[in-house]
Amino acid sequence: MMNSFADRFSTTGPIAELRKAQANVEDDQFSDAAWGSEAGFGSLAKGVPAFTVPNVPDPSAFLRLHTDDHADPNCRIKIQHGTTTLAFRFQGGVIVAVDSRATAGSYVASGTVKKVIEINPYLLGTMAGGAADCQFWETYLGMHCRLHELRQRERISVSAASKYLSNLVYSYKGMGLSMGTMICGWDKTGPAVFYVDSDGTRLKGDLFSVGSGSTFAYGVLDQGYRWDLTDEEAQELGRRSIYAAGHRDAFSGNTCNLYHVKEDGWRFIGNYDISQMHYEGPTGTGTGYGYDLRVEGRTSANPPPAAAAA
Amino acid sequence: MPDMVSLSRAASGQPSQFKTPYSENGGTILAVAGSRFCVVAGDTRRTDGYSQTRYAPKVFRLTDKAVLAVNGFSADGNMFVNKVRQQLEWYRHGHARDMPLHEIARLMQTMLYARRFFPYYVSNILSGIEEDGSGAVYTFDSVGSYERDTCRVAGAAQSFMQPYLDNQDDWYTRPSVHYKNQRSTHSSSRPTQLPLSSVLSLVMDSFVNASERHVEVGDGLEIYVVLAKGSSLQGLEKLTGAQEVTATSDGERVFTVRRSLRRD
Repeated sequence: MMNSFADRFSTTGPIAELRKAQANVEDDQFSDAAWGSEAGFGSLAKGVPAFTVPNVPDPSAFLRLHTDDHADPNCRIKIQHGTTTLAFRFQGGVIVAVDSRATAGSYVASGTVKKVIEINPYLLGTMAGGAADCQFWETYLGMHCRLHELRQRERISVSAASKYLSNLVYSYKGMGLSMGTMICGWDKTGPAVFYVDSDGTRLKGDLFSVGSGSTFAYGVLDQGYRWDLTDEEAQELGRRSIYAAGHRDAFSGNTCNLYHVKEDGWRFIGNYDISQMHYEGPTGTGTGYGYDLRVEGRTSANPPPAAAAA
Repeated sequence: MPDMVSLSRAASGQPSQFKTPYSENGGTILAVAGSRFCVVAGDTRRTDGYSQTRYAPKVFRLTDKAVLAVNGFSADGNMFVNKVRQQLEWYRHGHARDMPLHEIARLMQTMLYARRFFPYYVSNILSGIEEDGSGAVYTFDSVGSYERDTCRVAGAAQSFMQPYLDNQDDWYTRPSVHYKNQRSTHSSSRPTQLPLSSVLSLVMDSFVNASERHVEVGDGLEIYVVLAKGSSLQGLEKLTGAQEVTATSDGERVFTVRRSLRRD
């Protein structure tokens, strides 16, 4: 009798070992969460992401060897790169504009990527760097923003949401995550934009652009930016900046997705084809952005009528 | 193929001198969404260096409304399909219905991302019928980023076939016909009334062409067709070699079509 009692509660001895082993085996199986959908995160079992890691001395070196396409263009696993994204704060809220091209090496893997991730009706995240990293972690951030709402009975601030993401990716620093994102939204402090990247950088600011085409976008953006832009002017500035990047950066292009965040949440403004903007302008009726229209009839290749006659 | 233990032993001496646990088995997969159907196809050749296997399927029926095509490293691909099927079976036990297509897509994202630091070396194309009856294609990269598409090719002959299919004129509703060759496929575009018969012949032609020009494509072509609930057979019954593989009686219907490709 005493023996069985001791067996039941002891933490040493063969029976306890067996119990521990059993518990381990059960832990390794999928939890109850696997039976339900769990918002698609069922495979995360207990809510904490668990990652499979190769059994090698340096897992991140292993990953780098197989995925780093800057060092080795022939490496096996291509992770999508190349982007232009921008977001800025102004009197009327926040403008978020992005391109839609994904490249793997020099192949245009997709021209219809959604690089604005709708975290919730008040928060947007942008996507630059690893497409999967941004998509996954910003969706995950969305879950935690909702949990924050339920626990605190108020919406999460943009600052807190971005810090949550920043701390999260910082905990994976050095393991090969690649993301440069802007968390944009409206909270009780008004419109807000935070830049967060996988190095752990987190910056509050009025105006950011991220990605391989960011320098081209900044050129247009800085030139046209004012705090007191009207809504229409601001939207046009975002669109025009993405057009410039799409035009000059080979790794950006296809279309521009434009969002406007106001006090009552974000609104999708539209999807604009970049080559249509070049020839016909964003509405397809006005004058295009392309400079060839501005030099029409004034170059030797396309001389004015008078010169042609002479 | 070294197991993980010997892998770590091989690497312990000189870091970054890994024996790779991956190989590339060639082949190509393709999926096209119609308004009320979808077509998923893959060749059946598996190459391993110079040697090859002539029938190694790459396209798998998951449910009566979802078909998954995997391309890349076939061992990873097959294992991934097994794991997805296991999850879907558990879901069926818990919910007494098949998982909807968009849920399978999200599930696949989390399953692929769980291997972010040891990726499945696989390109996945999931295709089937959405709950609203529309045909859908979801493409994934190896670590789980995904988007809904209308037409997608992955694998060895991707760069041959994708541009060919992109340029089918009546593929998308286009706002205007100007510059159509310079214009990207519009993101809001959904497949138009392109009929199943023309999609099927387009798919067969694409694979015949790819097998002429790519050494890793050939041997056999396996096509899955999923029809939305209540749609007619649209000529499928007359197609030689078409075979129904539907499991349930009241819903979407799944068919396979097999064709042979060049065997040299």
